[in-house]
Formats: sequence, C-alpha cells, structure tokens
Amino acid sequence: MIAFILRRLMVAVPVLLLLVVVTFVLMYAAPGSPFATERGVPPFVLANLEREYGLDRPFAVQIWTYVSRIVTQFDFGPSFVYRDQDVNDLIRQGFPVTLTYGFWAFLLAVLVGGTLGIVAAIRHNSWLDYLAVGISVGAQVLPNFVLAPILVLVFTLWLGWLPGGGWRGGQAEYIVLPVIALGTSYMASIARIARASMLEVLSSNFIRTARAKGLPGWRIVLHHALKPALLPIVSYLGPAFVGMITGSVVIDIAFSTGGIGQFFVASALNRDYGVMMGITVLFGALTIFFNLLVDVAYAWIDPKIRY
Amino acid sequence: MKRLTLLASVATLAAATLAAATAATAPAALAAEVAPGDTLAEDQTFSYSILDQFPTLDPQLNEEVQGSHVISQLFEGLTRQDGDGNVIPAGATQWTSEDNTVWTFTLRDDAKWSNGDPVTAADYVYAWRRAADPATASPYSWYVELSSIAGAAEVISGAAAPDTLGVEAVDDHTLKVTLTQPLPFFPAVVTYATFMPTHEATVEAFGPDWTKPGNIVSNGAYTLEELAVNEFFRLAKNPQYWDAENVQITEITGYIINDRNQSVTRWEAGEFTMMDDLPAGTYPDLLAQYPDETFSTPRLCSYFYAINVTESGNPALQDVNVRRALSYMLDRNVIVDQVLKGGQLPAYNFAHVQTAGFEPPEIDYASWSQQERMEKARELMAQAGYGPDNPLELDLIYNTSDDHKALATVAAQMWKPLGVNITLSNYEWQSYIDIRGEQNFDLARSGWCGDYNEASTFLDLLTTTHGSNDGKYSNAEVDALMKASRTMENPNEAYTEVEQIVADEMAIIPVYHYTQNFLLDDDIRGWPMNNVENNWYIQDIYRVVTE
Repeated sequence: MIAFILRRLMVAVPVLLLLVVVTFVLMYAAPGSPFATERGVPPFVLANLEREYGLDRPFAVQIWTYVSRIVTQFDFGPSFVYRDQDVNDLIRQGFPVTLTYGFWAFLLAVLVGGTLGIVAAIRHNSWLDYLAVGISVGAQVLPNFVLAPILVLVFTLWLGWLPGGGWRGGQAEYIVLPVIALGTSYMASIARIARASMLEVLSSNFIRTARAKGLPGWRIVLHHALKPALLPIVSYLGPAFVGMITGSVVIDIAFSTGGIGQFFVASALNRDYGVMMGITVLFGALTIFFNLLVDVAYAWIDPKIRY
Repeated sequence: MKRLTLLASVATLAAATLAAATAATAPAALAAEVAPGDTLAEDQTFSYSILDQFPTLDPQLNEEVQGSHVISQLFEGLTRQDGDGNVIPAGATQWTSEDNTVWTFTLRDDAKWSNGDPVTAADYVYAWRRAADPATASPYSWYVELSSIAGAAEVISGAAAPDTLGVEAVDDHTLKVTLTQPLPFFPAVVTYATFMPTHEATVEAFGPDWTKPGNIVSNGAYTLEELAVNEFFRLAKNPQYWDAENVQITEITGYIINDRNQSVTRWEAGEFTMMDDLPAGTYPDLLAQYPDETFSTPRLCSYFYAINVTESGNPALQDVNVRRALSYMLDRNVIVDQVLKGGQLPAYNFAHVQTAGFEPPEIDYASWSQQERMEKARELMAQAGYGPDNPLELDLIYNTSDDHKALATVAAQMWKPLGVNITLSNYEWQSYIDIRGEQNFDLARSGWCGDYNEASTFLDLLTTTHGSNDGKYSNAEVDALMKASRTMENPNEAYTEVEQIVADEMAIIPVYHYTQNFLLDDDIRGWPMNNVENNWYIQDIYRVVTE
C-alpha cells in the first residue's frame, strides 16, 4: 500500500508539470492581454508593464523562470491585475475561506444525503422513500445560482435572520447560506447514489443469508450492508469535494465570501496570467490528491481490491 | 473593473471656468457643513457596494473608477471637486500661473500624514516622479504625459531620469510645475489619484505591500483599517487630517458584490447605505418602491455603435446612405424607455448633452418623428440598393453583458425591416478590445466617458489619429476643427460644427447618453447630486435624524 501511494505521488509530479506547461501555452495562445484597456495603452507604457512582468523575454525563458520559481521558492509570482497582491497572498486569503465552507458543505451533503438515501432504501416504496426521493430530486434540479438568490431573499430580506453575504473571518452566521447553497445539489446526488447502491446490496445473496440467520435489521444494515454500499459513494466523493471547491465560483459571487473560486473565472477573463496559473496548479494538485485518497479508501472498503 | 464599459477616469472641470480661477483661496472649511435645521444622527457610518474588487489602492498605479473612489477618501491631492464638480482647494490653499504654463501651488501648512508627519511639497514631487518612472510600471503613466508636464514623455519612455520631470519643491510648502504647453485647466487635472502625494518612507520600507492595512500611511480624511480581497474593506476617520473636526462620517465600509441583483436585495435588507450602477431595467420599480431613495443623475458618458468604414468592414458601410438609414431606423425612445428604463437620454449627437459649456447642436433627425425617420431610412436603404429582397448582412459585436445583449437584440430587430440581417457576436472584454481595435467587425458596441467635463473629451475620439477611433472614421475637416478648437475663444462653435458633420456623415450611431442610477438611504445629506463625473468625497456628507 505504501509503495502504491509513493508511486502515485511520484507520477503526480510530472502530471502537474505537464499541467503547468499546457496551461501556460494555452494562456499565451489566447487573444487579449492583461494590460489592454478601452482607450488603448501607449506602446511605451505597455513596454514598461511587460518588462515589469517579464513578458518581454522569450517564451522558453518565461516558462522556465515561472516553473523554477514555484519549485524552488513555492512562489507563484505577482498578480497581473491586483497590483497590491501577489498570487500567494490571494491564495492564502481566499483558499481557507473556500476550504471552510467547502468542508461544511461536504459534511452536510454526505450526512444528510447519505442518511436520506439509506433510509429510503431500507424503507423501500414507503412514504419515507417517496419523501427522500422527492427531496433529492427537488434539490438536484435547483442549481446553486438559482438557490443562492432565493436564500438571500428569504433569510436576509424577508426574515432578516442571516447576512446576505460576506465572510468576516468565518463567523457562523456568514457560513450558513453558502454551505446550504453549495451543498444542496451534492446532497441530492449522494442521496440518489446511496439509495441505489443500498437497494442493490440489500437484495444480494449474503444479506438474504444474514436475514435467514435471524440477525436483527439494524445489525444487517450497519455491519453487513453499509460497507459495500459505500463503494459507489466514495468514488463520487473525491471528485465531488474538488468540485465543491472549484465549482464555488457561483457561491463566491453570490455571497461575496472572498473565496478563491471566483478567481477561477475572473483570472481567465482578466488575463491575469499569474493568478490563472496559480489557481490551475492548486486545483490540479487537489484533484490528484483527492483521487489518490479515493483509491486508498477503495482498498480499505473493498477487500477484493489490491494494489 | 475590466467589465466597465468605460473608464471614467479623470476628474476635471470646464476649461472656461478655470481659466478665470488661476488664483484661488481656500474657504474656511471644506468638509461637511451641517445645514441649519439638520440634526446629526448618532450613527455616522457609511457603507456601499461595489461590483468588482479594485486592483490597487496605490494612487500612482490606479487606473479605474472604484479604486479611485477609495483613494479619494484615503489621500488628498492639491485640489478636489465640490458637489457641483467645481475645482476647490484641498492640499493646496492657492495657486497661480504664468501663462497657464508654469504653475505654483501653495500647500497648506497644517496638512499631516496619518502617522503625524507633515505633508510637504517633496511628497508631491516624489509621487509625481514615481508615477512617470518606468520602474514603477504604472499603467496610468500616460496621464502624466497627457497633463503636459515637461519631460514626462522622456521619463516614461526611459530616455530621461525621473528627476528631470518638470515638478519641483521650491520649499516645504511651494510646488512648482512646468508644462510644455498652456493648460488653463491644470488645477482640475491634478484632482485625479495619479497626482496625489505618497509617503516616501512607507513606499520604500514596504515595497509592493505598502498599501496593505497596517502599512499604509495616507493624508486624506480616512485611513485604511481592513481589506479582505473580494469581500470588503473598511476605512476609519483619520484623526490627523487637517480638517478632521468637520468630518462627520466616522467609518466607511465597502462590500464587493459581484452580482448587482444580490446587491439590490442586500441594500433592501438594510445591509448598506448606497449602491450605484443599478441593473438595467430595475430603476422604475425601485423608484416606485423607494421614491426617496432612488436617484437618476446625469453621467458624462455616451453609448454608441461604432461603424467600421475600413476595408475589413462590409463595403456597404462606406455608403453614407446606409449609415444614415441604420441610425434613423433605431428607435431610441424605445431603447431608453423600454429597455434601459433608467432615465437615460436618447442620443442623436455624440457629446453628452449635459457636458459643461456644451450647447448641443440642432441635429435634423433629432426633431423628426420616429415615423419620419423610418420612412427616410427605407428610402435611403432603397437608394443604396438594399432591402428585404437584397438583404445586407452585418456583424454586430459587443462585450459579454446582459445589458449590451438586450440592446443589440432590440437594435437588430429594429433594423430587420430594412432588410438588414444582423449576426450578433459577443466576446469577453479582453478579447473584445483586441477584436474591435483590429477592426474585425461591421458594427461594434462602444461607450465613452468624459475624461474631463468638456466636449472635446468626446469629439476628439472621432479625429483620424485617436487611439479609440475603432471605426476609423476620418474627415479632414473634423480634424482641423478639433485642432483649432484648442486655442479658440469659444470652442463651442467648432464643436457644433463637428457634431453637424458627424451627424450628416453618420460617423457613428449614437444611442443614448448615460445617467447614474443609484440607491441611497434617505438620511444621508450632502451627496454630490450635480457632479456629472460622479466624484464623491465622504467627508462632505453626513447622516441626519429622520422621523
């Protein structure tokens, strides 16, 4: 197992490097410049800006400088748009925010979604099942960019219970709405997967055997059915967690959380080369890491899997 | 920031007013004068929402509107604007000039930095050199050159050292500026952030981090206390400010809210005091709901479609009849009243009709009824050989935005009866600038905001060599008139003539003149409603007790 993890980590390095190079090339191939403005920047002003950011040097030198600075100093360089901040500053400020509400949304999705799905499967074709399916279908069809304004309308404007946005260092009342808006559709997906997989496991031979032996229902579910039923959920959770963090652009915009998700889109639109690269590398690394985590979890859950 | 259609950047006043004001003396107090009968509220805080995080609070690096609003609270330049847009003394108490070319500013002797250091002429010299210095790499350094300061071009291009710039500290409280040409409105030019002083020791000590809370030292009415990127920032009253006793608002909070509809909801929930730039079409409903808190004031910008008259455009556009037909066919009243609904003014000429000292010319088709315009348009189009049987295919480009899209869709529908088939293409902003600048379009959505409150800031755009003349309209007469206007006693005559030519030749398709639509709590007094450049200083406002 340790050898497997090490091997995977070693592969991750060239994958990340490849990601950096490909993103770098794509970024430069895109039309537009971070310094372009409506009225046009005079050539000598543009020259000063390009010198400041090293854009006047040959492409190969630029990419080499960039990569070696990351490897040796873990420095992602300056932002091309936010002159008062460098990329490390922006990640240091924004990432903990995203991680915090991402974590709570993940927890909400797993706990509520998992419970709903499993309860629905155990009480198959009962009113509980219909209710759970109803909730999860409803939550699934409500995208977060629709849900977010509705939440603000209800909880901020009408009820006045919660602030409509902001973060303020992660105070509880600022976290609630982003977590609900982000977690809901994931919760629905998890509920559906959990229900389907639990149903399948409950109708398998070894469960019938356990029932025949006269084991109590809760024991069958907890000790025998749960673990195999988790497998499809776990394979969903890894990408889902990364998705929650990267897909949080809607949440960041709707709730002004200051999270890092919005840079994902904004940096590309602004041609903020520095931030775009930094975010891509960060999310690339996260994706690789969580995929590895899922693979390890597989081995733990399913004894048939060996590495 | 980049999403802004225009850069309302420079704050200036009509040259005419200023020429008379070459020597000015400071009034007793500048900041909020509480009107008789007003009772100050206990809560003197102000908060507002902005659409995008500003890129910098460094006065010399700033190039956009939201940042310059915050910088205007943190820093104080030689001059600033009052509620009507007039230039008033600020860091300088008075100024004189020799032939409008050599300017001498007398600084107030009681001005202090937020750390207690006195503000001296050397601080201005340092800042101005820094703005031009290629090592600073300011995207706004061209503004120093535009201001005609001697040696600016050479310094910016690296041909001369920064200390050769034509600005000099005669003594601690006297600043002398030498220009390359007479500029009667120079005191208005220096209201902008680029020319605000910076504290050398702080900049040198912290480098690029000097504007961060805890590091920054400023000389304005407020200091920066907190800043969380893309979330919020907070300013507090600066006790060291020379006029602090007349500053009523004790705290300013800005919220960065990327979604304007969310912003409206949060304002309605009472989360902040002011929100500008309302979503298109929401003004009438908000006005009905909050009649005392919804405002529409003129804003010095014009919206138009640029027409590509070069060879890369559809050749039909080189026919003046086609250009006129397109313009006539556009029902601006429908656009203004039913699409935008924010009190915008239908435009038949280019310069905003509220531009100071500008008398809008009598454009013939402005006085026709829409029915007459449409009949004329059909006639002209038929003359040009186009119609429903022989349709004209045009490519209209706009930068990605719901508002531009709505307007372009409506325009395309209006042109359809002429036999004009419009293909709409939208591009995100940074690509859009490139595509439009390279004339890869037939019609292009454009907007222009006045750099200063005088008509030449608009009309110069239609001269042959102007960098933002993206349709490449060129008329020798227009060029000559605009050049002559600079030294004319009454440049308005030239402007009228230019507008007539532009309307006859339909160099562009004017669509509407902007308004500023905003929400403001009804207990705020002193808001500068008549400042068409939308420059505000929170030190001028205060909260009152309302019933």
